[in-house]
Amino acid sequence: MYMTNSIIKLDHITHKYHHSVALSDVSLEVKQGEFWALIGPNGSGKSTLLRIILGLLKPTEGTIQLFGGPIDSFKQQQRIGYVSQKSNAFTTRFPATVLEVVRSGLTSKKGLFKRFTKEDEQRALDALQVVKMADYHGKSIGDLSGGQQQRVFIARALVSKPDLLIMDEPTVGIDRQNVESFYSMLSELNRDYGIAILLVTHEIDLVTQLATHIACLNRTIHFHGVHADYEKMSESELSGWYGHPVRRLHQKETERAR
Amino acid sequence: MIEAIFTYEFLQNAVLSGLIIGLIAPMLGLFIVVRRMAMISDALSHVALAGIAGSLYLSQQVLFFAALNPVYLGMGAAVVGSLLIERLRRVYRSFEELAIPIILSAGIGFGAIFISLAKGFGTDLVGYLFGSVSAVSRQDLYIVLLIAIIVIAFLYFLYKELFSLAFDPEYARVSGINERIIQAAFMVITALVIGASMRIVGILLVSSLMTLPVAAAIQLAKSYKGALVYSVIFGEIAVIIGLISAYYLDIAPGGTIVVTSVFILLIVLFWKKVRA
Repeated sequence: MYMTNSIIKLDHITHKYHHSVALSDVSLEVKQGEFWALIGPNGSGKSTLLRIILGLLKPTEGTIQLFGGPIDSFKQQQRIGYVSQKSNAFTTRFPATVLEVVRSGLTSKKGLFKRFTKEDEQRALDALQVVKMADYHGKSIGDLSGGQQQRVFIARALVSKPDLLIMDEPTVGIDRQNVESFYSMLSELNRDYGIAILLVTHEIDLVTQLATHIACLNRTIHFHGVHADYEKMSESELSGWYGHPVRRLHQKETERAR
Repeated sequence: MIEAIFTYEFLQNAVLSGLIIGLIAPMLGLFIVVRRMAMISDALSHVALAGIAGSLYLSQQVLFFAALNPVYLGMGAAVVGSLLIERLRRVYRSFEELAIPIILSAGIGFGAIFISLAKGFGTDLVGYLFGSVSAVSRQDLYIVLLIAIIVIAFLYFLYKELFSLAFDPEYARVSGINERIIQAAFMVITALVIGASMRIVGILLVSSLMTLPVAAAIQLAKSYKGALVYSVIFGEIAVIIGLISAYYLDIAPGGTIVVTSVFILLIVLFWKKVRA
């Protein structure tokens, strides 16, 4: 594998379910240290694209490269941390502590037949420290609030020290106040630890203020680029591809809303 | 009873097998329950019934089978059933749970045919259906011991993978865990535990020993490890009380073990309600 700072490279991805086109000619590149917000309305193909990147789905056409190599030969899953939608992640009464859940993020890094050690426990505690949840390590996961659970899932994704965090609408079911502190924590992770982030969401105001790069998807990519260029897009342009009227909150309005 | 245990080999076999099953059935049961697969053990035990009935029928017809322990065919049928369930779950991707009633009814169907063909089996079959204190042979005990070693090694070395798959299967798949192979191995192990347990608790009640102690344990445990420990403690209590009462009352241990498990569960639920 040659040296590259490209983390995800999608080339002309098209995906069809039977005869309906879910994604058409999508090309995108995420590089080291970038924070991408992938935005689009419901049914725009965001989840399909994510499943393709995660290797859960094979695209009908196009190629994917992860860390500079083809996805089919990619074996370093621990370099990617994944956080799914909280709502469908687990059974709320599952008997497991926060520490057990976070430690499970090391499963594939350890490899088959190896048992967890004291050091693995310490790593899990360190990851919980990053998301400011270390005090909760002995609590049952079901006893936490939605926002706290989502922080625990981020810690599980961080424990293997990934270069990329992929998140699928991580704030679904979390109240507004916690959503904001959640996003600022993501921003810190990206800035202070240099972790690349690909965040899929249909909330376009808060995330787009924090992301360094933005991609607008509605079956095909309508815009992708740096935050400053996204800001230049008019609301009517945004509404055009989004499919319904969109009003953008600007920085000051967002701060006022807080 | 203690004196009798030292005197009679059949009692030693029953008690030792019971204690081993009280350990492995709830241990594996926890992984089954949290994955919402509790009905699978029921389906597999009915497939084991077909194997046992088949073996008992063939033993009347063919000399070779007369010398063969019916547990082997019962266990073999359960293993085949477990692999068929896995296959069917993939065929009916959108209706995965269909695999269970298909295999369960196939098991009962074949069982009924063999039982009718043989014009009934009398006490032999009743022993397999509800368990027996007196029918556990030394050979049965060795089979149980061997299976226990396999099960404990499996759970010990694949604990973290099984936990991940149980807690969040999608995350487990994304993180590169080979779900297909681990799931297939898990099903085979489940079939083996059912095979091992049926002599003591009986085919019809074996799945209860895998689920009832776990149902009580998850009411109390905050951690997965805690749930595992509670499950085993409740399983062992049920087996010990169940075997003692079966011995003194001269009834099938399957019934007494399972009814004790039900009482444990009720006590735990009551205690939790009082505490809340």
